[in-house]
Amino acid sequence: MGGRDTDMVLLDENGIRCDGRKVDEPRRIMIKAGVLKNANGSAYIEFGDNKILAGVYGPRDVHPKHMSNADTGILRCRYHMVPFSVAERKNPAPSRREIEISKVIREALEPAVMLEKFPRTAVDVYMEILQADGGTRCAALDAAAVALADAGIPMRDMVSACAAGKVADTIILDVNNEEDQAGQADMPIAYMPNLNQITLLQLDGVMSLEEYNKCIEVGIQGCKTVYALQKKALAEKYFPEEQT
Amino acid sequence: MSERRKNVIPGDVITTAPYRNDQNTILDGRLIISTAVGVSEISDGVVRVIPLTGMYMPRIDDMIVGKVVTHTSLSWELDINSCYVGFLPATDVFGRDFSARSDELNTRLKKGDLVAARIANSDRSRDPLLTIVDRDLGKIDSGELIEIPSSKIPRLIGKRGTMIQMIESQTGSMITVGQNGWVVVHNEDYNGLIKAKKAIRMVEKMAHLHNLTDKVRKMLEAEK
Repeated sequence: MGGRDTDMVLLDENGIRCDGRKVDEPRRIMIKAGVLKNANGSAYIEFGDNKILAGVYGPRDVHPKHMSNADTGILRCRYHMVPFSVAERKNPAPSRREIEISKVIREALEPAVMLEKFPRTAVDVYMEILQADGGTRCAALDAAAVALADAGIPMRDMVSACAAGKVADTIILDVNNEEDQAGQADMPIAYMPNLNQITLLQLDGVMSLEEYNKCIEVGIQGCKTVYALQKKALAEKYFPEEQT
Repeated sequence: MSERRKNVIPGDVITTAPYRNDQNTILDGRLIISTAVGVSEISDGVVRVIPLTGMYMPRIDDMIVGKVVTHTSLSWELDINSCYVGFLPATDVFGRDFSARSDELNTRLKKGDLVAARIANSDRSRDPLLTIVDRDLGKIDSGELIEIPSSKIPRLIGKRGTMIQMIESQTGSMITVGQNGWVVVHNEDYNGLIKAKKAIRMVEKMAHLHNLTDKVRKMLEAEK
């Protein structure tokens, strides 16, 4: 991420990236709502080569009881990578990285979910990374937001996430695995499109102020693209007559 | 789709007009925003969203169907198809002269029994309080339990009960409808029971269509 030396050409002279995309072009995204029968709400997302399944339970009783809050409901998130999600087998035990990502995803969803309506309950969000290819935290967040809406949990707004970054001194949208490994910066952004608020902003790398502003702008555009697809996924399940 | 009814998802702005916001909407400045996946409706200056998904949330005075889960020496706990359990005090069933020492709660309601109840009180700090002291309330002795999403109950009842009355008279059934999405159908005649179940499933599947009562009536008449 610090701009490691590599043989790979991340950006050629025509402005085409290593996987053939233009600088402001996201990967192919497919979202499907309501794929699981036993969860209250669920969603499946394919974000480029990322494949992620999200399931939501609740609001339901809190166990252990001491975690419950008499004033509000609580949100619990689990981001988990299955052993076959990466090239080398991943130990299924929650790693330091997964625990951190679970936390940032929870904090990115909390401003949207109206937990105060369900005191003494918990809403559980489970995200399983079936296949990882860079930008899983954003993709998992996108799936989780659709699954929450599918479960009928009241939300102030949807949460859409997309990463932006810097390779070869150029700001790019939707960083993939190669660009994340060898690029100069990676900035995941989660955004509430109607309220125009950012709920997650991380930055790994070095940028100038101009680059930073440009990066946020590009990232938010990506979030808006994702939002349209999240909307479509929910409409496909709930308003099939509207689709042509 | 008319201007008044719109399909919405969380975050969608329903209107910027100065209406009052009701169920499943929030007011943000001048914007009225949906908080659920559903159909928005504007009537008499009030904006609401009828949700298409989600769990039943207890509201005072709702008629519900509950299932006895357990009891203490003073009260029963009922599963009411919500994230909270219903709380039915023993004095409600035994009357004023209930004595925890001499009355055995098991004799009146056992685990697994279905009860038609009304929500007497429900607030943020406690589990909803139920009561069965009213006409048509109390233990349901026989019938079959059908679960449908609680959001579709208004369609099953219909305008002033037209739909449910029609199904009852056409099939000769006794139907107890709980706002929590649990419906108990009682019918001595097996064919009538099957028909009533079919009608309820039809309402569940076609809840979004217009003129549903006529469609269900035609289906039931064709079955005869």
